[in-house]
Amino acid sequence: MAVSERTGSPRREVGEVLLEARGVTFGYGRTPVLDDVTLSLRAGEFVALVGPNGSGKSTLLKVLLGSLSPWSGSVRLLGESPGHVDRARVGYVPQRPTLESEVPATVEEIVLAGRLSRRGWWRPLRREDREFVRHALESVGLDELRRTPLNELSGGQQQRAFIARAFATEPDLLLLDEPIAGVDAESQRRFRDSLAHLIAEHGAGVLLVSHELSAVAPDLDRVVVLKQRVIFDGPPAELAASGVSLGVHREDLPLWLEGLR
Amino acid sequence: MPWPLPYPFELAFMQRALIAGVVVGVFAPMIGTFVVQKRMSLIGDGIGHLAFAGVGAGLVAGVWPVWGALAFAVVGALGIEWLRARRAASGDLALALFFYSGIAGGVVLAGLGGGLNASLLPYLFGQATTVNGEEIAVIVGLGTAIVVTMLVLRRVLFAVVTDEDWSRVAGLPVGALNTVLAISIAVSVVAAMRIVGVLLIAAMMVLPVASGQALARSFRGTMWWSVGVGVASVVAGLAVSRIWGLAPGGTIVLIAAGCFAIVTLLRRGAAFRLRAGGAEL
Repeated sequence: MAVSERTGSPRREVGEVLLEARGVTFGYGRTPVLDDVTLSLRAGEFVALVGPNGSGKSTLLKVLLGSLSPWSGSVRLLGESPGHVDRARVGYVPQRPTLESEVPATVEEIVLAGRLSRRGWWRPLRREDREFVRHALESVGLDELRRTPLNELSGGQQQRAFIARAFATEPDLLLLDEPIAGVDAESQRRFRDSLAHLIAEHGAGVLLVSHELSAVAPDLDRVVVLKQRVIFDGPPAELAASGVSLGVHREDLPLWLEGLR
Repeated sequence: MPWPLPYPFELAFMQRALIAGVVVGVFAPMIGTFVVQKRMSLIGDGIGHLAFAGVGAGLVAGVWPVWGALAFAVVGALGIEWLRARRAASGDLALALFFYSGIAGGVVLAGLGGGLNASLLPYLFGQATTVNGEEIAVIVGLGTAIVVTMLVLRRVLFAVVTDEDWSRVAGLPVGALNTVLAISIAVSVVAAMRIVGVLLIAAMMVLPVASGQALARSFRGTMWWSVGVGVASVVAGLAVSRIWGLAPGGTIVLIAAGCFAIVTLLRRGAAFRLRAGGAEL
């Protein structure tokens, strides 16, 4: 296994399985939300997870991250159980329109937090950490706003700051929960570029939960449609062949998904 | 032998109050920045009431009240954090539970000790001008421990108090850090109680931060502005209380509140001028 000069960590072979869920079943109380869900993601892959509202997408993400334990089935992240995986290698962008900070906090301060899990929270930050933060901010187009308080940013800009925080950990696997919901076109373009950069330059695997795939459709390797169970898992072209357009008609996918209810 | 300082700090008792007060003016707003960001502004109040019960217990047991207060405050802070983290009670409700138990316990214990006697008052309302050498040593020692803890852990504590869910997923030791913060708050309360009193401790954690966040545009900046406002309030409060014969604890807090009012008015004025200027263009 080759060693990356930049980080000193082993570089992953392209195609290695980063995430694997087998027969995952989960529910709240007695109500099942996920039924026998099987899903995998390899290094260098860009996969979208879609489904109608209430189909269990966010719940599945929580199970994958180990925040919820499945009733049955198993989850492996980077070959480990979620409780034992090196968290610095798993980036996560939570579903949240905005973060209301009581005390002003700059974009840079938020993104620096991402470095803590990568280099050990007890170690002082070095110049190279600030370089990574700058690089992460550049990749989402927020470099010029790094000293701006988060509360003064638009929803789209804030979301890009959270994506930069996830990038700053140099993740091997990135999980994003509805990161571009209600985000302006410019932010969507930046978002697409930065994900493409992460996959191409770092060989990371990306799982994107979203209703709006139009911005990223050309880059997707697979689309997984969830409605309690996986009802489709394949290339976007196959989904398009069944009459669903992901790219041309923006309203197409949400309408089709709602039709699945 | 007092140092050659000008009036109103020329006497030894005022100089002792100044040393202890300035230390409180540094650490209380510093930890307060994290407490405000965590949206637990009133935790200092809740723990202050528990410390009051600890003072009562100390007086009844014949132990130095500061140790009683420290024991009650630390156990209470851990209890509040335990309830909050397990979502057994909301942050507010957990606080209320300990808040009222603390004050009730304090009243009962003080009754056992022979009624609400004079030895409780310096802890309840603070009497900076009567702190002795031993108390200054405790305040400076505990205060230094808090400042060092906050400075060493500032980045990771910032991450946790700003976005606890993300921090947990990112593998940061959220539980341990919340525990460290809870213990630090308890220690702060005990270290500050002889200066501003258990009833006003939360004010010294929160009011300077209210000014600091209006003056700064970053978390780091807020912390240092808050410390500046905290120290200035203590120095001005002690001076004013000596000159006009006022209660020092209350005067310090009123000046901290006054700072917030002035900062807010100045900011509004600046925003108004900016808008008026923009309208002319």
